[in-house]
Amino acid sequence: MKTNKIFISGDEAVAQGVRLSRPHVIAAYPITPQTITVERLSEMVEAGEMDGEYMHVESEHSAISATMGASAVGARTFTASSSQGLLYMAEGLHYCSGGRWPVVMMNANRSVALPWSIYGDHRDSLSLLDCGWIQVYVEDAQEALDMIIQAYKIAEHKDVLTPMMVNLDGFILTHTYELVDIPEQKMVDEFLPAFETPNKMSFEEPKNLGFSSKPDDNTEFKYQQNEAMFNAIDVIRDVDQEFAEKFGRKYHDMVEEYRCEDAEVVLVALGSVCGTIRVVVDKMRAEGKKVGLLKIRYMRPFPEAEVKDLARRVNAIGVIDKDISFGYEGTVYTNVNSAISKIDKYVYKSNFVGGLGGRDITKADIEEMFNKLFSGVENKSEEKVEFFSLNVETND
Amino acid sequence: MKEIRWHGRGGQGGFTASRLLGIAASVHGGKHALAFPSFGPERRGAPVLAFTKIDDSKIHDRSEVQESDYVVVMDETLITPGFEKGVRPGATILVNTEKVEKYQDALKGFQVIGIDATSLAMEVLGRPITNTAMYGALAAASGLVSLEAALASIRTEMKPKLAELNVKIVEKAFELINN
Repeated sequence: MKTNKIFISGDEAVAQGVRLSRPHVIAAYPITPQTITVERLSEMVEAGEMDGEYMHVESEHSAISATMGASAVGARTFTASSSQGLLYMAEGLHYCSGGRWPVVMMNANRSVALPWSIYGDHRDSLSLLDCGWIQVYVEDAQEALDMIIQAYKIAEHKDVLTPMMVNLDGFILTHTYELVDIPEQKMVDEFLPAFETPNKMSFEEPKNLGFSSKPDDNTEFKYQQNEAMFNAIDVIRDVDQEFAEKFGRKYHDMVEEYRCEDAEVVLVALGSVCGTIRVVVDKMRAEGKKVGLLKIRYMRPFPEAEVKDLARRVNAIGVIDKDISFGYEGTVYTNVNSAISKIDKYVYKSNFVGGLGGRDITKADIEEMFNKLFSGVENKSEEKVEFFSLNVETND
Repeated sequence: MKEIRWHGRGGQGGFTASRLLGIAASVHGGKHALAFPSFGPERRGAPVLAFTKIDDSKIHDRSEVQESDYVVVMDETLITPGFEKGVRPGATILVNTEKVEKYQDALKGFQVIGIDATSLAMEVLGRPITNTAMYGALAAASGLVSLEAALASIRTEMKPKLAELNVKIVEKAFELINN
């Protein structure tokens, strides 16, 4: 297969993915560490390298509003944000999913204030897990580019029609340069046809954009939204398969298992830290320790079947959360734990909260987590939630 | 995996050099590379770091660089107490200086190599922008990338007129180190 590899950052890779997806309308407001993406897109539109309209909006709230409106009249749309900007969009995010407009967004994962911080963690997007958007988390710049293209195909599918958020770690991915293969436009066009929607609003078919409901029909709307999200699971699988056949890169659908075949203990994580975990898994495997990684790609829809399947095969599961739901535990852990509770087997569990506000997660940290999981199984310990870089447990 | 740490001041082009090395190693050298700045706000003149990771296979490790194999110092006033932290014992340290001898005691346990990059940059560019001189010196001292790959990365990344001046600088720096 012919390749065109260039050395670019995660932010630039996203911009390339957007260009290749030919959106009609881009509306975004710049925020660190997403800024380079929207700067590049603005430059590409200005230079005539892509046909879309770039709307310079005055805020993130306007960005999501503009993309929703454009999507309602049948346009393919893109927006991007991060952290406080994403939170400022929050009202619109629910509108967008409720309206079933398949807007695609890039979110550069960044901590949320206070303390004000531009560095990365997952507290921005995980705090919006319930806003009805499909959420995928990527591990490198290539996956970021590829998932933008896949996102349109998934979100715009007639059985899904749900907006999708592609999450990449601020700085660790957005600002790191690496080799990225840029697919040919012709191949992307073949993979991703023009956006067609049965809900298109036009002069011939006027529709109501901000519709309301009463108690006797609201539940039906929400039921359908939930069904659409479950429908996405099959679509995600099909789209990933088709993508692999076309471009030669496969991302293993909802989750990726790494060396889990005969694993005794497994770490579960999202995003770029999965790469570092792979390195530690290889090291510990070479020492004869049966460890593995479960990379969760999609947080919504949630990969319940995959988590249960893994839990049936292992003795311990540790979940790394770059977030904390104050007063309880990490949000990824809550979700993983809910799936594990549905199988009829004891699995030792532990939640490792860390990487907050950009703090490095080192290989030594990860090795220690694996060792704690081994000793947790051996000592039949109580389940633990710990801030691992502080070495304190919250349920002591 | 080889890890390289670049020291400069905001505006001196340290991050550009880290990317040039990444391009030479990956696009022109068939290896894999990551290049990234020290994350966070940037200010002209303030001390800044940049990093390059190079390996034969895909680089999955996204944690911070903890043990550099090579350190490049574009401005010698940045060698301050604590500088050696995070540098692997025996690592090669390249310093832009007229007098490398003065670091032999302070940086014991490392291979310290000096090059007067400022004079070289002034001679070719007429400006004290030393990133490509240090880049050429690193290529020669380390063998991480070939001279051809280093020159190709400059031509990939810079506009033709500027590229030719920097090609000249890299060639001269490479020669100075090899001699």
